[in-house]
Amino acid sequence: MTESNVIRLLVAGMLALTGLGATSAWADKTSDEIAKYREMIADGNPAELLEAKGEALWTEKRGPKNTSLEQCDFGLGPGKLEGAYAQLPRYFKDTGKVMDVEARLVHCMVALQGFNQEEVTKQWFSRPGNESEIEALVTFIGAKSNGMPINVPATHPEEQKMYQIGEYVFYRRSGPQDFSCSICHGQDGKRIRLQELGNLTTKEGAGTAMKNWPSYRVSQGAVWTMERRLIDCMRQARFPEPKYLSDSIIALQVYLQKKATGTVMETPGIKR
Amino acid sequence: MKKFVFAALCAALAHTALAQEKTPSGKVVAKNPVSAEAEQVFRNSFRTDNPKYWMSRIEQDDAMRLCGQYKDNPPAAVRQKIELAQKATIRYPVDGKLMGKWQEGEKIAAHGRGGHIGFIQPDAPMTPRGGNCYACHQLAPKEVAYGTIGPSLLHFGKLRGNSDDIVKYAYDKIYNSNAFNACTNMPRFGLHNWLTPEEITHVVAFLMDPESPVNKD
Repeated sequence: MTESNVIRLLVAGMLALTGLGATSAWADKTSDEIAKYREMIADGNPAELLEAKGEALWTEKRGPKNTSLEQCDFGLGPGKLEGAYAQLPRYFKDTGKVMDVEARLVHCMVALQGFNQEEVTKQWFSRPGNESEIEALVTFIGAKSNGMPINVPATHPEEQKMYQIGEYVFYRRSGPQDFSCSICHGQDGKRIRLQELGNLTTKEGAGTAMKNWPSYRVSQGAVWTMERRLIDCMRQARFPEPKYLSDSIIALQVYLQKKATGTVMETPGIKR
Repeated sequence: MKKFVFAALCAALAHTALAQEKTPSGKVVAKNPVSAEAEQVFRNSFRTDNPKYWMSRIEQDDAMRLCGQYKDNPPAAVRQKIELAQKATIRYPVDGKLMGKWQEGEKIAAHGRGGHIGFIQPDAPMTPRGGNCYACHQLAPKEVAYGTIGPSLLHFGKLRGNSDDIVKYAYDKIYNSNAFNACTNMPRFGLHNWLTPEEITHVVAFLMDPESPVNKD
């Protein structure tokens, strides 16, 4: 039985047991059950397997230049990974761009290892039976920020501009349902069906949303990176998919990480 | 370069000060100083070989643009302008009947799929689109998995009576929510042809009909 089936069974069980009980209490109970389930598998988060795989990929000499990624600079100096994820996205002088962890990783795979960008990003997320090296590497890099506070003050003018672009995208409505990020994530204490929604315009809401990524998603049976998460948000809003590593997605991360700044990372996480 | 950045920052600050307006709640909303560039960045974030139909999904009408600009909370004059323009868009079924079958409306309210596009996880072509009312509203008491983004609509008809005025209000609100409340979170189901006028009459019946589970205990 897959984990997603287990959680469905738990939810169905709750439904059968409660019957006439007060609805909000029922919703709370469901959240509690999911929290318990999360605890149950937290000791063996499947993301840890990916983390180990990412570590191996990090040190292995690969690509046309037969080089490891160990000299890749995520903003704190070549190879310095402790706390690097928690301080991304940031402006990089060498590329003249604000980059998130994935954009920077791909930059290194191209610049240091000599990979072709299009080829190396073809499998930027996993599908059943088709693992993603990028996913593994990002999980490994993310885990190096576990227990450290998110810190994206966005003080460089280019970072500040990306923050403003992120804010613009957050409130931008379009599509056949008039959706924007803000519609679901601009208020406190709301739910969609039974799923609790964070208010991403506040430190608390953005912190809760950002601190667990990359995260093993029980409903998907896979680890998702932040790019994967945000691109899927756009799909749910009935928009076309933004391109992987596109500036809209990086700008949204600057917006959310600045809001979440000060929140301690717990990654790799486990999410619904 | 530094001078240029400084000048640009000054210009941005001046622009921000000029673009401030007060919302009804008295909150000052500043226009995003980089909105023109941000729009360009957003548009450039999509594949150029996407089908035209997909890309039509990122186009904006005036209401969408203004709601984004004012972060969902436009000042009174803008609000009024949006509501008037949206009111004028409402169309009715040819037979003029606004109350359909509540049983059909119940299905539409519970159905939340349809309309997803893209390469990663699109809906199969011809997947019926639902109203997904339960995502945001409480309706029939037996459905406990309801969202809270919108108000509870439990006993909607029982509480309000089913006069012609209330029936028309329910129809109009579903057809174009922004005609009553500019920049509400609720989609404009009729305007976008997400639901047909006939489907909207079914949802109206689900809300209004005394026999509908919405109005039972």
